[in-house]
Amino acid sequence: MNNATTLEILVWVVLPYVVLTIFVLGHLWRFRYDRFGWTTRSSQIYESKLLSIGSPLFHYGIIGIFFGHVVGLGIPKSWTEAIGLREEWYHLMAVTIGLAAAAACVGGLLILIYRRRTNSRVFGATTPGDKLMYLVLAATIGFGVLATIAHSALGHYDYREGVSVWFRDFWTFQPNPALMSEAPIFFQLHILSALALFAIWPFTRLVHVFATPLGYLTRPYIVYRSKDEKTSAPRRGWEKIDY
Amino acid sequence: MRVMAQMSMVMNLDKCIGCHTCSVTCKQAWTNRSGTEYIWFNNVETRPGQGYPRGYEDQEKWRGGWELGANGKLKLKAGGRVSKLLRLFSNPKLPSIEDYYEPWTYEYDRLLNSPAQEQIPTAPPKSLLTGERVQISWSGNWDDDLGGTYAHKDKDPMLKGIEDKVKFEFDQTFMFYLPRICEHCLNPTCAASCPSGAIYKRSEDGIVLVDQDGCRGWRMCVSGCPYKKIYFNHRTGKAEKCTFCYPRIEQGEPTVCSETCVGRLRYLGLVLYDADAVTAAASVEDDTALYEAQKDLILDPFDPEVLDAASRAGIPHDWIIAAQKSPIYKLIKEYEVALPLHPEYRTMPMVWYIPPLSPVVDVVRDTGYDAEDAETLFAAIDTLRIPVEYLANLFTAGHVETVERVLYKMAAMRAYMRDINLGNAPREGIANAVGMDGASMEEMFRLLAIAKYDERYVIPPGHRESAHHLEGTVAECPVGEVANMSLPTESMGMPRPARGRTNLLNWDGHGRPDGLFPGRTAASPGGA
Ligand code: HEM
Ligand code: SF4
Ligand code: SF4
Repeated sequence: MNNATTLEILVWVVLPYVVLTIFVLGHLWRFRYDRFGWTTRSSQIYESKLLSIGSPLFHYGIIGIFFGHVVGLGIPKSWTEAIGLREEWYHLMAVTIGLAAAAACVGGLLILIYRRRTNSRVFGATTPGDKLMYLVLAATIGFGVLATIAHSALGHYDYREGVSVWFRDFWTFQPNPALMSEAPIFFQLHILSALALFAIWPFTRLVHVFATPLGYLTRPYIVYRSKDEKTSAPRRGWEKIDY
Repeated sequence: MRVMAQMSMVMNLDKCIGCHTCSVTCKQAWTNRSGTEYIWFNNVETRPGQGYPRGYEDQEKWRGGWELGANGKLKLKAGGRVSKLLRLFSNPKLPSIEDYYEPWTYEYDRLLNSPAQEQIPTAPPKSLLTGERVQISWSGNWDDDLGGTYAHKDKDPMLKGIEDKVKFEFDQTFMFYLPRICEHCLNPTCAASCPSGAIYKRSEDGIVLVDQDGCRGWRMCVSGCPYKKIYFNHRTGKAEKCTFCYPRIEQGEPTVCSETCVGRLRYLGLVLYDADAVTAAASVEDDTALYEAQKDLILDPFDPEVLDAASRAGIPHDWIIAAQKSPIYKLIKEYEVALPLHPEYRTMPMVWYIPPLSPVVDVVRDTGYDAEDAETLFAAIDTLRIPVEYLANLFTAGHVETVERVLYKMAAMRAYMRDINLGNAPREGIANAVGMDGASMEEMFRLLAIAKYDERYVIPPGHRESAHHLEGTVAECPVGEVANMSLPTESMGMPRPARGRTNLLNWDGHGRPDGLFPGRTAASPGGA
């Protein structure tokens, strides 16, 4: 870490922590002051046909990619080697599954953006925030795909010894900026655009990701609530409202 | 037995003149904001007709409501929890704006700003969604008074099986109006379909509300409700529905639609029901038995056992008295003339209807017979199969005998009261023929024809313990803030916390979002 320049430290150490702070505090702020705005803001009522192809493609793709990142960034190389998973196999698996998910995600995203632009009802309901979000989201995904193809699949960069290590060290508060400044250009751009995405995340419709209603699986179908505090039993996760 | 109270409504369809006053006053009170242009908490449909949204009753298409699974248990017709979560990204059964209509306005400024010219200036319609000019081709009541029904007759799902028998010629058809609001079901599929658990039934009065702060815009409730009485506010991205005017009800006042109804045909009151028995009642196998099953859920408010259970359940005394005086109880249980709309959806709806005798009376009168004579009317009910079968498709899952029984009663009341009005001796036999006696016949007539305000609306105010809450709730009613057509930041159905709030999602990118920064108070203007 000794020969890292100030700029490197700023970009690969300071900036990520600033973004993390914005991400966490932003969500807390949004939840406290703008819970009413915490919605998917579905546009399906305007247009259904393209959405029914684009949205599931995109979402299943991006969820696949998310889990791919969890494995690729979170699990050290030594662990997969320890269970006897050979490097070539891991690589083959990552690239095929990853590319399939990426294809779904990118295809879906293109359909969604095309839909947003061409359907006048949907376009009419598109806010500047939506546009910025789409720009940064598309950049992040685009650079990610480019990085994987150019540097991992065709090139010889092993992100599991570079970017991944930087990422894990980030969470233990000892990131090595050199690992990032030595990374190929598309990986750098991917990370930078992802940082931008996380910084704007709490202030866009992307908050809907943190509303994923898994509680539906276990709660009873019919919900009763009392307007009288005295007769309503306190419930976990349901805030008491003062009125 | 778990006794719960339910605020319910009965509408006497014979008296509806289809004036849409209820729809308009409701809209003025609740849905005159942007994003809610197409939303009619109350709408009035001409039947036969397609209804609003178009063809909503075709559950093979929309898959709203419950159905019985192979194991005899209730399940959501559109699929259970896992399948709903897997389909969150795109709801396969969501009606699109075309199934309602594209809301529009007119370019009024062209009238106001027109220079002196030879041609009379026009105000062409333009879409409220896109701002582009549109050709208006459908709306919430486009097929009013059978207008357009001739062209669309095959699209009324309730005509299935009798379509070839119904004649769509003016002089041979029949027609009536069906005003509809949310049914405030005992077993609501809207609530069951909401992944976030944001739709709830109030345990005090059974009113079904959407917690606007809890709704995340998954839009599963819209397709889940078989009556299509949940609407998606396309500006806020949240579900909205009829509130049963709860701020008014809590003050002991009737809903806006009831208050303003020109025909005075709406009745409001409480019923007590056994909440533990709802699931079993909604699961009876035979669709045509659902009406009886639901009727049996409603408890006798004079039965000491019920009274005991009710006070154990914390239902206040004045509410029990109100349940005893309830016109709803009388119409559903005592006179048995009110019927539920589409019991076969198994949601146990709580807005019931007295089916109209008028299609029958009209035919009898047109053919020159005495339309006030009991025998003639009875015979006409027996012969006029088509209106009766159609009514049965609406109110009894096709069980014709039940509808006939109700219509006999209405016909008997007509004939019985005619004698009294003409000064003849009343004929007890007419009442007996439909299993009633003269005294109860007269009482029923009173309730249906001349009941005054406080007999039609028996609404116990919210109890005093929570009075301070109610005040707050009323103050939060959206009506106060609609003047500038701004988006509601208040929560409908859930009072909002007093602290500052903002709405980033609907910020249009111009200026500062409301409430983002601490407001300057009037006392200390900026710069001071
Ligand atoms: C598992 C969690 C998620 C759920 C349940 C979910 C659900 C939804 C739903 C219901 C919509 C509204 C679709 C409509 O009717 O218009 C939506 C839209 C959207 N979601 Fe997600 N989402 C999830 C995760 C994500 C993630 C991880 C991202 C991206 C990082 C994402 C990005 C988007 C975008 C960009 C849209 C807007 C699509 C458009 O209308 O143009 N979602 N999501
Ligand atoms: S009618 Fe009302 S309570 Fe019943 S399912 Fe529909 S929205 Fe819910
Ligand atoms: S106001 Fe009354 S009479 Fe007029 S349409 Fe509504 S329910 Fe019918």
